[in-house]
Amino acid sequence: MRPFRYERAIDPAGAVALLAGSPRAAYLGGGTNLVDLMKLDVARPDLLVDIRGVTSRSIEELPDGGVRVGAGVSNSDLAADPLIRRRYPVIAQAVVSGASTQLRNLATVGGNLLQRTRCLYFQDVTTPCNKREPGTGCSAIEGHNRDLAILGASPDCVATHPSDLAVALVAMDATVQTLGPDGGRRIPLTELHRLPGAEPQADNVLTHGELITAVDLPPLPFATRSWYRKVRDRASYAFALVSVAAAIDVADGLVRDVRIALGGVAHKPWRATRAEDLLRGGPVTEERLRRAAAAELADARPQSDNAFKIPLARHVVVRTLLDLASDAR
Amino acid sequence: MDTEVTLRVDGVEHQLTVDTRTTLLDALRERLGNTSPKKGCDHGQCGACTVLLDGQRVNSCLALAVAHDGGEIVTAAGLATDGLHPVQRAFIDHDAFQCGYCTPGQIVSAVAMLAEAAAGRPSTVTFDTPGDGPNGGPVDLAVDPDEIRERMSGNLCRCAAYANMVPAIQEVAGS
Repeated sequence: MRPFRYERAIDPAGAVALLAGSPRAAYLGGGTNLVDLMKLDVARPDLLVDIRGVTSRSIEELPDGGVRVGAGVSNSDLAADPLIRRRYPVIAQAVVSGASTQLRNLATVGGNLLQRTRCLYFQDVTTPCNKREPGTGCSAIEGHNRDLAILGASPDCVATHPSDLAVALVAMDATVQTLGPDGGRRIPLTELHRLPGAEPQADNVLTHGELITAVDLPPLPFATRSWYRKVRDRASYAFALVSVAAAIDVADGLVRDVRIALGGVAHKPWRATRAEDLLRGGPVTEERLRRAAAAELADARPQSDNAFKIPLARHVVVRTLLDLASDAR
Repeated sequence: MDTEVTLRVDGVEHQLTVDTRTTLLDALRERLGNTSPKKGCDHGQCGACTVLLDGQRVNSCLALAVAHDGGEIVTAAGLATDGLHPVQRAFIDHDAFQCGYCTPGQIVSAVAMLAEAAAGRPSTVTFDTPGDGPNGGPVDLAVDPDEIRERMSGNLCRCAAYANMVPAIQEVAGS
């Protein structure tokens, strides 16, 4: 690991100012991904600004019936929170399906959203990687790509975003609040992460020094029946091959509203708007679910080793929504 | 870059000067001579370095000592206060280890896991049975083999002594 200075921020504005003045500085939250990447020499900050003392660790109800989650809340505390478990079970479930308790105890909500891809080549500084070193090429396209993208990839990068939490938040239409050198702004979760295009080095739209301070969840009454299903190579403690976060509102046999997001398939959590649009207004039948899932995956392009993900994603969408609709889960 | 930190380890306070790069694991092992937490993968994947930090289990290999100045740490060695901890006793009774390298991490994790389950904190298995208990979980969260396997999944055992760890932990949960 390379030497670095360490400073503890006193307040959010102070943290932002420290980063704004240091182009190679990074925020330190739980550190579970960043410290690992520093050991691997992938991340090379010259200054760590510890923000655990300045980002909120509280979860509170908002006047509109939504919920605000402080960016400093640990993943474990988020999953155990009674309000979250009751109103947005998909979020609690997504969190506990990721990592281990030891990691979730350290990891923060803000840091979870900003963790980097686990593409093997990104983490191996001896190999070319456009995300790590722009212009060097993508080793994964002709290498080990079984875990990587089937949707929205580019000739420069086929990485996937590893977060489970982000998939659930995208399905719930969450918004992140940030504070940057130019002030605060709100970014819909669906627009926080980006597709790789020709600039895979940028995972998201945040600028250097922009700090996530909170995640706001809008009121969504039917999310009390929501579910996160994660398919992986082992029963626990593994990243998703494919995951789905879903909620469905059925009245008089018809779909009044539905939320679907996929994980493990793209450079960002993939909101399945095409499938949602096809499902609204009609009955919940296996046939209609199959058609909606097929439409969502119509543009999917497999890598050399992951064609299995396309039917897998379709099946997981269909099964999860059928279970939710029939309450048979 | 050197910095001063204070760590309370197994009930004893230590003041030491560490490089900012020093992990909690290296501070414990290399500076304080507490070799109970083990360095397995050093990347947060195996759980051999698990300690309680301010009451919660964490991978000490990914925690920077400087970021946890003032922290209260309990290692597997510190669990034995008045004779062996019940989980340590159960591991011996059930022959729940072979080479023993992962064992201190497994034991700390098991102790924390039992407390988490008792507090109603959920695992993925818990979500199969939502209820009216603490945190919206089942009223009496059953610490059954499925819950134990899920909650212990952050601790790997290269000898695969899992088969005896599960009943060891279950015995303590039921006592």
